[in-house]
Amino acid sequence: MSNGLIDFVLVSVALLAIGIYGLSVKRNAIRMLFGVEMIINSANLNLVAFARFIPNSQGQTLALFSIAIAAAEVAVGLALVIVAYRMYKNIDIEDFRSLKG
Amino acid sequence: MLHMVDAVFLALSVLTIGSAIVALEIRSLIYGSIALMLTLSGIAGFFLLLDAPFVAMFQLSVYVGSIAVLILFTVMLVRRELIFNKIEDKRRRYAGIGLMLALMLGIGMIIIGSGMKSMETNSPSVDYKKIGEDFLTYYSPALIVMALILASSVIGALTLARREDMTNEQRAN
Repeated sequence: MSNGLIDFVLVSVALLAIGIYGLSVKRNAIRMLFGVEMIINSANLNLVAFARFIPNSQGQTLALFSIAIAAAEVAVGLALVIVAYRMYKNIDIEDFRSLKG
Repeated sequence: MLHMVDAVFLALSVLTIGSAIVALEIRSLIYGSIALMLTLSGIAGFFLLLDAPFVAMFQLSVYVGSIAVLILFTVMLVRRELIFNKIEDKRRRYAGIGLMLALMLGIGMIIIGSGMKSMETNSPSVDYKKIGEDFLTYYSPALIVMALILASSVIGALTLARREDMTNEQRAN
């Protein structure tokens, strides 16, 4: 294998930074979910990369669990977005006033 | 600075990072979700490079097959002008870009300076039969709990998204 561990970890860091940027700057609820997805995927990439280079199989197992849990999280998150859209007729999170505190 | 990476890796990282930026920055949410689909496929490609074909196929079927389609349908449910609406604070945006670059440079420098650079492997990859065996023996309680979590979250999502007004109207008729 010609690629070292560090290459995969650097890609994962870049994806994590982009996800944090999206989560902190965007006000569109669906775009914030995009950011969350990117962060989860960078974590999964780290898990599989370290599992390859150690090497053992538990990293891949944990990545599989993580992907499944992320699917559940997205289903609930999108349902919440739909409910909020129905209540406020908008997906801008600044409009979700009554969700504050 | 670093050793050479092969062309496939380079193309995959450009695809993944580029479409991640496009997914956040493009005006239309529909194109944004398609770009997110590309990012997730790029991650599946990395899994293939890492000799984890089982995880790669799982990623393709779960993320690209179901989650991205779910996001696309949700985007199509909201009003048309909201899909193309892009509201954000200029100052907040510059602060966010600064944060992103600081994170990339900071963590990247730490990682490049660490001992990870010399880590390469010649050992054979893990057989995916081993993973399936683990799932059915050692991790079987965790697998059951995960199935329950998935079922309850899907039921929760259905309960949340149910339309009360629609059923009341139908009852009135």
